[in-house]
Amino acid sequence: MKVHVEPLGDHAVVVRFGTSIDPHIHGQVKQFSASLEQDPLPGMVEYIPAYATVTIFYDPVAVYERNKGWQRTDGGSRPPFSPYEWYCGQIRERLNSLGEAAPASGRVVKIPVLYGGEVGPDLGEVARHNNLTEQEVIETHASGDYQVYMIGFAPGFPYIGGMPEKIATPRRQSPRLSIPAGSVGIAGKQTGIYPLETPGGWQIIGRTPLRLFRPEADPPSLLQAGDRVRFVPVTEEEFRAYEEGSA
Amino acid sequence: MTMRVIRPGLLTTVQDTGRYGYQKHGVIVSGAMDPFAHRAANLLVGNRDSDATLEMTLIGAALEFTEDALIAICGADLSPTIDGVPVPLWKPVWVKKGTVLESGGCRFGARSYLAVAGGIQVPVVMNSRSTYLRAGIGGHEGRPLRAGDVLKSGPLPEQSALMIRHLRTHAEEGAFVPAEWGIGPELLPMYESQPVIRAIRGSQWDWFAADSQEAFFSQPFRVTPQSDRMGYRLEGPVLSLVRQTELISEAVSFGTVQVPAEGKPIVLLADRQTTGGYPKIAQIASVDLPLIAQTKPGDVIRFVEISRAEAEALLLDRECSIRQAKLGIQFKLA
Repeated sequence: MKVHVEPLGDHAVVVRFGTSIDPHIHGQVKQFSASLEQDPLPGMVEYIPAYATVTIFYDPVAVYERNKGWQRTDGGSRPPFSPYEWYCGQIRERLNSLGEAAPASGRVVKIPVLYGGEVGPDLGEVARHNNLTEQEVIETHASGDYQVYMIGFAPGFPYIGGMPEKIATPRRQSPRLSIPAGSVGIAGKQTGIYPLETPGGWQIIGRTPLRLFRPEADPPSLLQAGDRVRFVPVTEEEFRAYEEGSA
Repeated sequence: MTMRVIRPGLLTTVQDTGRYGYQKHGVIVSGAMDPFAHRAANLLVGNRDSDATLEMTLIGAALEFTEDALIAICGADLSPTIDGVPVPLWKPVWVKKGTVLESGGCRFGARSYLAVAGGIQVPVVMNSRSTYLRAGIGGHEGRPLRAGDVLKSGPLPEQSALMIRHLRTHAEEGAFVPAEWGIGPELLPMYESQPVIRAIRGSQWDWFAADSQEAFFSQPFRVTPQSDRMGYRLEGPVLSLVRQTELISEAVSFGTVQVPAEGKPIVLLADRQTTGGYPKIAQIASVDLPLIAQTKPGDVIRFVEISRAEAEALLLDRECSIRQAKLGIQFKLA
């Protein structure tokens, strides 16, 4: 698919690399994001990478000022100029300067997880739904090759793709009013981790002692789009040791 | 300058122009719901646009000024008084030490902004002073104000000092002195309790059935009680898709109108999530965001379609007017 560029209102541009969840499409998202990170476009406020899109937020006033200044006098008219059109040109130029997207590499982040019991109340349900034992669910979840596609929904919340189909489980019929921070869940073919205590409908199979959202740190999110993730089962003692170590 | 909170009002938070630069980490923008009123209030007291103000919702706070202060109140008219005397909106006001600002009934709008010369001083978290309620960060201890809180303002900008000198020469026995000038009505957004809101077609406009497209830009929608700083849920004609297509999550913005499966539109506002997976039928023009921010549950709104180019031109024209108003104020003080 050709890269599609379209407006999100009068202050942002969506750069669309495709319409599906696909490692190749996401490779282009990562490559373009890395280029924006290294060399931000003029007037850029920030960008949001997602599965198949990068949305760039820009300051139309700053873009206008940079190109035209504010020479309007009383009763005079403002010189016509479209910050959006100009921005699309900048984006096209940048896209053309990029080569073939490199195959996904990214750093690997190990996530210790205490599975089942009180901290993973839905592990049994996931096992039943897939005709597996709880131990098999744990082994499958911890053996997957995962990729963080995007951070969204809540600060530091990773949308993780690549979970083996054989432990996929639909969301709970009715969402829980409160899911503790660190909970590891499954929703369909997705797996994710709740960074903050929030309501939610995912099947909760365990908990990590790691803090995913760290407002005092830069960056404030433990995981970044493009990271690879490995879940590592830990015992209750190991879980406690992690918690104390990070406190 | 310091002030003490006597009563916090319904929901009073510290806000600025928003927390930009961290959305890729899932950190929401927050910031003033009515960016125009926030900016006007700052401009009137000589602050920078990005300085923090107090956003008061429907029922205003009661605040005691424990030192002299230069303030401006913009946005919703919550019938503000100082020591019982009505205070004008959209003007700089010099306030004497020991007086109390209170609110009466809500005459118009939903959100009122109180700027204090020097800006509300709270720690900057990730480039912003805005309160992010759910994560408990930013603003005053990451939460709405409570009785007993004490707020301080930052160092007085040069222009604020000039204004104070100007107003003090007119000081008589009253508790406060308003300036004779302010932001004129010709500069204001078209505030109304039943506003017509200009919007452009959203990214998934083509996914909607023709009668839903037509209904969106012609029928009235009511703001429901399930409306807050995150978003407004609207009640009106049910909007349906030509066929159910799954959208994979992508970025949303201030003023995005998205439509979940049951067909009732949600307008995403200051505390919106960073990404969303519902089809987007429209995007409100930036210049009209203040109009929806000042509506409250029960109010009726209408959307009217404009082009992307028109929305952009309106935004740039608004910027021109604000910059001229700024120059006008500097001229008056010279």
